[in-house]
Amino acid sequence: MSVETLGLTAERCVELLDGGEISCRELVEAYLDRIEAADGSLNCFLRTRREQALSEAEALDRNGRSGLQGVPIALKDILCVRGEETTAGSRILEGHRPLFDAGVVTRAREAGLIPLGKTNMDEFAMGSSTEHSAFGATHNPWDASLVPGGSSGGSAAAVAAGFAPLSLGTDTGGSIRQPAALCGVVGLKPTYGAVSRHGLIAFGSSLDQVGPFALTVRDTALALAVIAGHDACDSTSVPLPEPVRVPDDDDLRGVTLGIPLDLLRQGVEPGVRASFDAALTRAEALGATLREITLPHAAHALPAYYLIAPAEASANLARFDGVRYGRRLEEPGDTIVEMYGRTRSRGFGAEVKRRIMLGTYVLSAGYYDAYYGTAQRVRTLIRRDFDEAFAQVDLIATPASPTVAFPIGARIDDPWAMYACDVLTVPVNLAGLPGISLPCGLSDGLPVGLQLIGPAFSENAILESAHALEQDIAFDPVPPPLREARA
Amino acid sequence: MSISSDDVQHVARLANLSLTEDEVARMSEQLSGILGHVEALAGLDLAGVPPTAHALDLENVTRPDRPRPSWPVDEVLAGAPAAESGAFRVPPTS
Repeated sequence: MSVETLGLTAERCVELLDGGEISCRELVEAYLDRIEAADGSLNCFLRTRREQALSEAEALDRNGRSGLQGVPIALKDILCVRGEETTAGSRILEGHRPLFDAGVVTRAREAGLIPLGKTNMDEFAMGSSTEHSAFGATHNPWDASLVPGGSSGGSAAAVAAGFAPLSLGTDTGGSIRQPAALCGVVGLKPTYGAVSRHGLIAFGSSLDQVGPFALTVRDTALALAVIAGHDACDSTSVPLPEPVRVPDDDDLRGVTLGIPLDLLRQGVEPGVRASFDAALTRAEALGATLREITLPHAAHALPAYYLIAPAEASANLARFDGVRYGRRLEEPGDTIVEMYGRTRSRGFGAEVKRRIMLGTYVLSAGYYDAYYGTAQRVRTLIRRDFDEAFAQVDLIATPASPTVAFPIGARIDDPWAMYACDVLTVPVNLAGLPGISLPCGLSDGLPVGLQLIGPAFSENAILESAHALEQDIAFDPVPPPLREARA
Repeated sequence: MSISSDDVQHVARLANLSLTEDEVARMSEQLSGILGHVEALAGLDLAGVPPTAHALDLENVTRPDRPRPSWPVDEVLAGAPAAESGAFRVPPTS
């Protein structure tokens, strides 16, 4: 039997498998065939692993399965997979085959999820549009002339396009929530430390977190349950205070939602604001109490983030020097320093070089206190703002992105215009908090994402409220161009 | 804040990047622009505010010091651009 993968949830995959209506092999093959047929114009995947995925599926069919076993998943190409090319979207890592699986990849395999392949991304996760990939931009399934957001644009677009029911991305300043918003899917950035960073190619180590994309909040919870928890290979990862619950709430009684009006003035376009306000009206009708709050320093989060993240990146990316892995560019007679310069200058793209330069500058002698030290103090103020807010409210609601998906090319030549995409998401990373983006409506026919932010390790509360809202909003996540192509 | 071409060249050396003349000019303009956007931070009163390096209040984490096998040398070197006699091969230092 062949199955329509467009709009197919992980929960429905499990039902089909449990009921014997489809085999693991048939399910995996349906997704791989769909990728082959339709990804040429979207470029969500950098590479698929057809042979391995089919043989893993056949093994499950032979040996019996249960739970999530046999459900396909797509992996952002920043996550190491043993023996399989992992590039982080960069020329400098072309051909790189890691020696080990990332912690989340190990967890996914242990749960029986079947990786279909590696998804496209902004190089080293630096970008908000996936245009900074060394391997070409990813296109938005809702309108191929638009960006899918980034940096996890390939993972977000793959779920929207029916190329995988689940995917993993990473979020350093919004790289899960913003593409989820622009592609009309659900994306969760867990609390810093809730998920292992082992084998995640590091960008900003105090900010990076791995998290799931899915079509529904319940699927998101299922995927989070697989990847969350302590990993001995990441000393900053911690056990969750309680197991992840798959939500089934259908109201918001007893939930107080904080609305940070000061943050909503940060360039939120009118159509996004209207869709956000409509979602708040629904929340109230579902029993939530709305309360205006202030996050007085949140407006400073964007500049603080664009000092801290590049500073950490400049240190993390020093390891790519053509010595131990990846590509080397060398001319006869080069000294080692000349080889370093040649390798890095040709191996890194323009945005990565810009961030390395910015980070190196703000950490250099004479500027460290004025820039990096100041940004770290501002980070403290932002954390305190959230602490004070969560003394009054359970969750905070904002749009996830100030705009809907924008045209490919529109922001690529103006770094700060691209950075401004992250204005509503970076405060959450600086404070280490969990946040979700779920589709809450359309503006000009394009998806708008609602962000719910909670205190550290409040993933269950976020998922429960998000689920109740999702049931009421009843957003149709199938992009119209793909529905029409199928009809 | 204006970042001169000389500043850019200096930082590029620190970062092991060799930039073309065009890149130096563009970098000088773009870094100046970006740093212009962060200048508002300088106006904040940060007296007595401690820096945050890590968002969660983690205590130091230790584990028992048990010997384990490390990666096989041949597997590690297989991914290197150049290797010789069980080591990474690099160009001369000068």
